Amino acid sequence: MVTPLRAAGLLDIETLDRAEIEAILDRARFFQPPPGETYRRLDSLKGKTVVNLFFEASTRTRVSFEIAARRLGADTLTIAAQGSSVSKGESLVDTLNTLAAMRPHAIVMRHAASGAPQFLARHLQIPIVNAGDGTHEHPTQALLDARTILDHRPSLTGLRVAIIGDIAHSRVARSNVHLLSKFGAEIVLCGPPSLLPRELEQLAPGVRLAWDMTEAILGADVIMMLRVQLERQHEAPMAASEYFRFYGLRLEHLDLAKPDVIVMHPGPINRGRELSSEVADSQRSVILNQVENGVAVRMAVLERVLFDRTTGS
Amino acid sequence: MNSILITGGRVIDPASGFDGTADVLIRDGRIEAVGSGLKAGDAAIFDATGAIVAPGFIDMHVHLREPGIEHAETIESGARSAAAGGFTTICCMANTIPVNDSAMVTSYIVQRAREVAIVNVFPIGAITKGSLGEELAAIGSMHGAGIVAISDDGRPVMNARVMRRAMELARAFDLPVIDHCEDLNLSAGGDMHEGAQSVRLGLRGIPSTSEDVMVARDLLLAEQTGARFHVAHLSTQRSVAMVAYAKVRGLSVSCEVTPHHFAITDDELCRYDSNYKMKPPLRCHSDVDAIIDGIVTGVVDAIATDHAPHAGSEKMQEFERCPFGITGLETAIGLSLGELVHKERITVARMIELFTTGPANILKLDRGTLKPGAHGDVTVFDTDTEWTFDVQQSYSKSRNSPFHGRRFRGGPVATIVGGTIVWSRE
Repeated sequence: MVTPLRAAGLLDIETLDRAEIEAILDRARFFQPPPGETYRRLDSLKGKTVVNLFFEASTRTRVSFEIAARRLGADTLTIAAQGSSVSKGESLVDTLNTLAAMRPHAIVMRHAASGAPQFLARHLQIPIVNAGDGTHEHPTQALLDARTILDHRPSLTGLRVAIIGDIAHSRVARSNVHLLSKFGAEIVLCGPPSLLPRELEQLAPGVRLAWDMTEAILGADVIMMLRVQLERQHEAPMAASEYFRFYGLRLEHLDLAKPDVIVMHPGPINRGRELSSEVADSQRSVILNQVENGVAVRMAVLERVLFDRTTGS
Repeated sequence: MNSILITGGRVIDPASGFDGTADVLIRDGRIEAVGSGLKAGDAAIFDATGAIVAPGFIDMHVHLREPGIEHAETIESGARSAAAGGFTTICCMANTIPVNDSAMVTSYIVQRAREVAIVNVFPIGAITKGSLGEELAAIGSMHGAGIVAISDDGRPVMNARVMRRAMELARAFDLPVIDHCEDLNLSAGGDMHEGAQSVRLGLRGIPSTSEDVMVARDLLLAEQTGARFHVAHLSTQRSVAMVAYAKVRGLSVSCEVTPHHFAITDDELCRYDSNYKMKPPLRCHSDVDAIIDGIVTGVVDAIATDHAPHAGSEKMQEFERCPFGITGLETAIGLSLGELVHKERITVARMIELFTTGPANILKLDRGTLKPGAHGDVTVFDTDTEWTFDVQQSYSKSRNSPFHGRRFRGGPVATIVGGTIVWSRE
């Protein structure tokens, strides 16, 4: 089942086809600014209104979407759930219906509940761009990660990618697994047993699980570290004092990977919890490139969601 | 009083072993005769030619939401929905507001049912006060007021010692103990079956083991106490196996399954549609196969719907915030025919057993048969008429069914309670 991006916004990576992903990544490259410059300013979405609705705290994703929309000439309006009618007990459907009645052209939403954007997409006509739903998917993060990898490698096919940390609660991991798998990458998911359900192996082709971090990193082209999401963990997966020892990335680990391995992290990073400061600041780290690519990728996504709707109107 | 002659149908009465074309005469609320060429006399005639005439179907597990949650369902609306689904008798769980944990609430339900319900309603009493799992409810008084079983359905008794005491006491009143088997620590926070689908959707899982460990515990306690123990809405492969083993060992154990647990799997959750959210959750294919196998081999004693109406607004939320439960009365026969009979897993006579003698024996109700002198409760259904379930036309006050728009082959034709036609298809 393929969800056409144009009709439904962007809800997930799982139902997106490869050609669609390639088109977004190509367009994002066009939006990448030359070194030392900022993003070009276009007016292809002039007159369009994008509402950013963040039911969950976020800095980088929210700002990234805002800049992306403004660079394309769209008007943006950001609503944080705190202090809005949401905290006065209004239901999700009522909030969205109210906003929809004001006729924005797209809604970018982040929500703590898995499936919240899918649920709303069934009840609203306006395209919804998922900026992260619970522990399900974070599609634009996977797209910007792919853009970042492709800035360092010619292709995703055959790459060995280790994703390490709290996989069970990670929407970043799920979206990345779906995307990388569609392009034939080999993916090793690694974490302590309670954060690494066995069923993850069935998530997509090419996925393997490992409890041992050195095994996961061996020969890797890409190491993606995930944030330890204390707010989503309802019980400790292991003694907190042991976590960094067994699942924290340190400089010596990098010797096990390919010499030109890149280290990624969706942010915000917890230095000393999932990776050491030395790794975060090393030459191998592309964490800030990821942030930079976030704007370019989100420009490409918003353009695709909004631009096609405007033709003929 | 009234009398009615149901003519020309295929009469199947598992209790007596009768299966053949015959007429059924009901007079003054009781079955008078089953046979060919019965004379109507002054009786009204209902032509059942081409249909099956069975003892009135019993649903031993429904939620009627009255008292206290009448915006979702009432005894009256739930009874209408039951009649439209081919049920003549329903047993309502105790999780109302207040909880049915005293003779006063039991009497209220019995009285309301007498006034407004078009089918027979038998209440099930709570095991513990407020279903809080701590102190035993007034089980003896409720028994006197008309309960037919005890259960803390939906809020299972976690304390094994309390469950033991409940089983011991239930034995004294010859009441079966029905448990919604769920270890609340293992299932905590879960929204759907734990497996490949929950991992994919990023929803927290309810592991099969949360059911299995409680079934195991309760079977051990049932053996120790000698109580009659009944597993509600059994949903896992291992629980089927454990109940089968307990039966082999001669325990007084029975179990029910719901139509949704043998008709659909957790694959349906892909759209985060809360009409697929219930407890126990929709399980995976191997569980469904095991349940159907249990129906075929006789491990399963009854089909019950766990009809659990919720007002629309409660189901229009983020999946994790939606309450558990779906309606089921009006789709039970259609699903059972479609999944069990038409697929040639069981005969239609076995299906009738699961809706009649099965629950009647568990609850010791003097119903579920067409023997002369029995209550004049009859379910007429057919096996071939094609129809589509439209939830907007449901008699329930709620609309939370995953089967809206589903095509069925065969379903209820007429429902007769105490000799009165309370619902018919036309």
